[in-house]
Amino acid sequence: MLLYIVLLWCFVTTKDLMAQLTAVGPSQQPMAAARFWRWLGVIPFFLFAIAFIFWPSANLFLGAFRTSDGAFTVEHLVELGQPFILEAYWLSIRISFVTALGGGIFGFLLAYAAILGGLPRFVRTALMTFSGVASNFAGVPLAFAFIATLGRVGLITVLLRDLFGFQLYQYGFNLYGFWGLSITYMYFQFPLMVLIIAPALDGLRREWREAAENLGANSWQYWRYVALPILLPTLLGAMILLFGNAFGAYATAYGLTGGSLNLVPLLIGQQVRGDVLHNPGLGYALALGMVVVMTITLIGYTWLQRRSSRWLRQAN
Amino acid sequence: MRVTRFWSWFWIALGVLYFFLPLYATFQFSLKAQRDTLSFLAYQNVLNDPKFAETFLFSLQMAVWTILVGVVLVVPTVYWVHLRLPAVRPYMELVTLMPFVIPAVVLVFGLIRTYAPLFTWTWMGRAVLVAGYVVLSLPYMYRSVDAGLRAMDVRSLTEAAQSLGASWPTILWRIILPNLRTALLSGAFLTLAIVIGEFTLASLLAQPAFGPYLALMGQNRAYEPAALAIMSFALTWAAMGLIQWLGRGRPGGSQLSGTH
Amino acid sequence: MAFLELNNIRKEFGRFVAVEAFNLQVERGEFVSFLGPSGCGKTTTLRMIAGFELPTTGQITIDGQEMTYTRPNARNIGMVFQSYALFPNMTVAGNIGFGLKVAGKAAAEIKERVAEMLQLIGLADLGERYPYQLSGGQQQRVALARALAIRPQLLLLDEPLSALDAKIRMNLRNEIRSIQRQLGITTIYVTHDQEEALSLSDRIVVMSAGRMEQVGSPFEIYNFPQTRFVASFVGTLNIVPATVVNGARGEVQIDGQQITLAAGIDGVPNGAQVTVALRPEALSLSESGANRLVGHVENIAFLGSIVRIYIRLDETLLSLDEFNNPHLTLPAIGAATTIYFPLEAGLILP
Ligand SMILES: Nc1ncnc2c1ncn2[C@@H]1O[C@H](COP(=O)(O)OP(=O)(O)OP(=O)(O)O)[C@@H](O)[C@H]1O
Ligand SMILES: [Mg+2]
Repeated sequence: MLLYIVLLWCFVTTKDLMAQLTAVGPSQQPMAAARFWRWLGVIPFFLFAIAFIFWPSANLFLGAFRTSDGAFTVEHLVELGQPFILEAYWLSIRISFVTALGGGIFGFLLAYAAILGGLPRFVRTALMTFSGVASNFAGVPLAFAFIATLGRVGLITVLLRDLFGFQLYQYGFNLYGFWGLSITYMYFQFPLMVLIIAPALDGLRREWREAAENLGANSWQYWRYVALPILLPTLLGAMILLFGNAFGAYATAYGLTGGSLNLVPLLIGQQVRGDVLHNPGLGYALALGMVVVMTITLIGYTWLQRRSSRWLRQAN
Repeated sequence: MRVTRFWSWFWIALGVLYFFLPLYATFQFSLKAQRDTLSFLAYQNVLNDPKFAETFLFSLQMAVWTILVGVVLVVPTVYWVHLRLPAVRPYMELVTLMPFVIPAVVLVFGLIRTYAPLFTWTWMGRAVLVAGYVVLSLPYMYRSVDAGLRAMDVRSLTEAAQSLGASWPTILWRIILPNLRTALLSGAFLTLAIVIGEFTLASLLAQPAFGPYLALMGQNRAYEPAALAIMSFALTWAAMGLIQWLGRGRPGGSQLSGTH
Repeated sequence: MAFLELNNIRKEFGRFVAVEAFNLQVERGEFVSFLGPSGCGKTTTLRMIAGFELPTTGQITIDGQEMTYTRPNARNIGMVFQSYALFPNMTVAGNIGFGLKVAGKAAAEIKERVAEMLQLIGLADLGERYPYQLSGGQQQRVALARALAIRPQLLLLDEPLSALDAKIRMNLRNEIRSIQRQLGITTIYVTHDQEEALSLSDRIVVMSAGRMEQVGSPFEIYNFPQTRFVASFVGTLNIVPATVVNGARGEVQIDGQQITLAAGIDGVPNGAQVTVALRPEALSLSESGANRLVGHVENIAFLGSIVRIYIRLDETLLSLDEFNNPHLTLPAIGAATTIYFPLEAGLILP
């Protein structure tokens, strides 16, 4: 997949370059050199990108198709079909989906309340600042914070027990399991949603609402037929981004579970540490699978983004 | 009107609760290191641990390198693209989107597979760490610089400077960089916030950084991790606060534009 | 009782008074323009009629029904916005049919009405396009059709043409007027372009700083401005200080030269200072009318169909319009020249 992107990029670049060079007529021969130098300006950046993004990734993915002696194989991809790996993907996808949906909806409601809910202006400013902080407060410290809140002796766990006699952990809740992880992830998911969706809410023009009212629509009809359809691509796109954000999260999961939960990023981490599988090819295949999922999400996001920006292009 | 406002406050209150409850719980927990009294013992323990200062400084150093390399790599390139090669812009954007496609675990896996043989030199491992961090911070760096350059009229500024006889290095150093100061500082603080507590790359590249130290503390101690979490949070907060403060009154470019 | 009545409308934003003492009766089928400079309260008044703002005091009745506090979606008023405000997620047909759809009309009926509207605005084959695929002029036509599709009892247009370029503006404004005539719909049109107001309206309300300055037909507004503001805002006008020589006979002096006015200064004491308004097109270089003033040509400007000649008397600078034609002989700059005009060309401003 990635290799494909690299090749495409090389192809397009060289094609452009060739076009640039061949477009130079005989009378402009000295210009050709200048045009070549022009391209030199961006070479360091792209060399860096190749050295530290594309080549290592390509290297990894080639590994997914190689036996230990370098012959071509699809065995590693087949091995992805093992139940515990499928379970890992399934758990990762479920957690990402739940936190994208939950974080997306909650973040949207918050942003809506702060921007269009008729609240004082400072609420909005405060929300944006908090979101900037919280969306970057992830990883090990976040795990610590939730252990102190919802762990076995966490504040809320103890509070529920002492005040209501409610034993959280006896009802199947476990901070180190599906719901615990989801609640923790939500802490960086919903602020990200707020940051993404706020400009879109700002972009809802007052005139649309007024035009709708003027034509006899009530509030609900305005939302149903105008505002929601306009926001929908951005909403979905943002949720897709949240999905990817959770899918690739390693540090938070590791900090919370010590690497023991059967999640794809944790499995890959184990591979890197050389702990468990002793089958590097499988590790590469796992990574490849992960990138495939992420690429799909990004393509979905870009597509939706295009769609909404196309609509709004002329909205001056 | 009154009804909608009630619900607005309701959601905001819920958000505030979600945001502050874990922080409050952590803070409270961090004060309980001494039996039956509240104290800052956990914080003292942390600050007295030589490993703390060591790893923190190491991460700080890595952050500074990341910012420097990032700036040197991104600013001239984006400038050049704005000025001479607008056709290349989509490819730049593609590259800077890569960290969203390739999660940190996968990136570090690839880096290790490719460069592991060179890790016999310590500095090589660190260089790869910095390179990885540059990749992770690329989207933010690129976006803030791109927005900054877009806000000023690069072409006219450059042509004006050239017509006054300025050379390329002079133009970059004396005209473009000063005008990009706010954008660069925003990018730098965001990078700082990301790199200081970063765990995935540092841990898997086996570097003595702050993130792995945090994780280690989490496995061995009870109260100190809470204290560390509060300190990390304060640090993130400071970095974001600085960005907000820098972005004030600037047209079209708070850190929010860098996020989606 | 008139179809639309605004009685003593006043609107305050905090301590700022945006509109005050606004009284207007509009007859059924009439085309009335609000004309005035930016910020004078035209949009605010229009939005009160539409129901987006509530008047601080005063009443609005439409067709005998008090509507002052009725919700906008219950007023059955069509509105066209300056920025089009088409719903970007709907096709042209979707936009036009929106009002019928939310009113719960049957699909077949909506379709028929949409087709009819598309015909009316001359965009019959663009029903399936999205707003971003249309030019500004087309978008504004669609906005008009959308407002008309619900068969509103009143049509409000807020500077509908100001975002378009000059040529399209001309075409579209004629089109709006002809559609309005065809449907006989009562219309209020907001503009700050006097030419638009003069050419379209049955009546014009000239506004300034939240107040009505004058209400009248274009002919009245142009030829008989009642206040200095109206005189200066509508058309180009020479506003000249003069001294009364003999009020009863209408004799005044401008820069020491005496002229005679047809009316307006009976009873003004001799020697008093008054202000005289002279339309440039009423002045002429060829002999005509009883008044004459002597001066020097200071500048000449070609404005296309007319040529504007600036003539300095002593202190006063007058502008004079001649129709352009190839046989026109123009005086040289600096040359001494005589201006002629009839008695009734001079108007005394209060
Ligand atoms: N919501 C509001 N809050 C406070 N002041 C307002 C509000 N709406 C309008 N105003 C003020 O009321 C005055 C009249 O505004 P209005 O929009 O009616 O002007 P206008 O005549 O339509 O001008 P333009 O030709 O520029 O559209 C302006 O000074 C404006 O600043
Ligand atoms: Mg207006």
